[in-house]
Amino acid sequence: MMEGRKFGIVLTFCIMALFWVLLSGMFDAFHLISGLICCSIVTFLSHDLLVKGRSQKQFLKSIRLALYIPWEFWQIVLANIDVAYRVLHPRMPIDPLIIEFETSLRGEFSLVTLANSITLTPGTITILVEPERGKFWVHAIAKEPGDALLVDQTMQKKVADVFMEWER
Amino acid sequence: MVIIHGIVVAFLGAGLFFTFVGSIGLLRFPDFYTRLHATGKCDTLGGGLIILGLLLYHLFQYPGTPLVPAKLLFLVLFVFIANPTATHALMKAAYKTGVKPWCLGERRQ
Repeated sequence: MMEGRKFGIVLTFCIMALFWVLLSGMFDAFHLISGLICCSIVTFLSHDLLVKGRSQKQFLKSIRLALYIPWEFWQIVLANIDVAYRVLHPRMPIDPLIIEFETSLRGEFSLVTLANSITLTPGTITILVEPERGKFWVHAIAKEPGDALLVDQTMQKKVADVFMEWER
Repeated sequence: MVIIHGIVVAFLGAGLFFTFVGSIGLLRFPDFYTRLHATGKCDTLGGGLIILGLLLYHLFQYPGTPLVPAKLLFLVLFVFIANPTATHALMKAAYKTGVKPWCLGERRQ
């Protein structure tokens, strides 16, 4: 508990300090010191917003998330080509439907990651998430993109791998 | 320099293409949800590609100010997080207020 909290405080402070330096671009004593004071105040007030002190293995998860992001970028490119095809096709091959499925995810951050991933990948947008059961309502633009989530479940598995929240 | 300019133009062109497709989708698609498919996805990649093009241009044209490309990079990251979240918020609001999804064969809304 205490370890996680310390980690959250240090991480928030480092991110805030990095942002201060990046956005100000001034390296004289006055700006750096006032930056440090501001970062301390912000960290004191809101360190528990960025990192919840409860969950374990934060560092490992961050690395796994960093490895997941390139795959996600490739999915975004595919999604855009898919939408461009459907928009520019003369007969507009769309057949919207709403699908529901449950996942093994429970953590806030993992649910947000999956919801945003679904929105960015080909042909699907998250409508509702129910955190208690890990249930998702998803709007699919046609049948095939919906099947990718219902049958293959590649994305659910990948996000569950990242956050280590498999079936319990 | 010519090669860099070519890459920058390619990035900007691709970004313009996707934002343009997004706008066409906004006009062509039949209902609220499908329109969000067009804008939510195309704006993310289109805007991201345009900013990446500007980033490359600045990086090689004005190497003396490296903080500007760094800021642009953060802009890209925030767009990629904020855009799907906003799309999802709009979807949820529409679903909760009872906007009916369009089905194949119906008239466009």
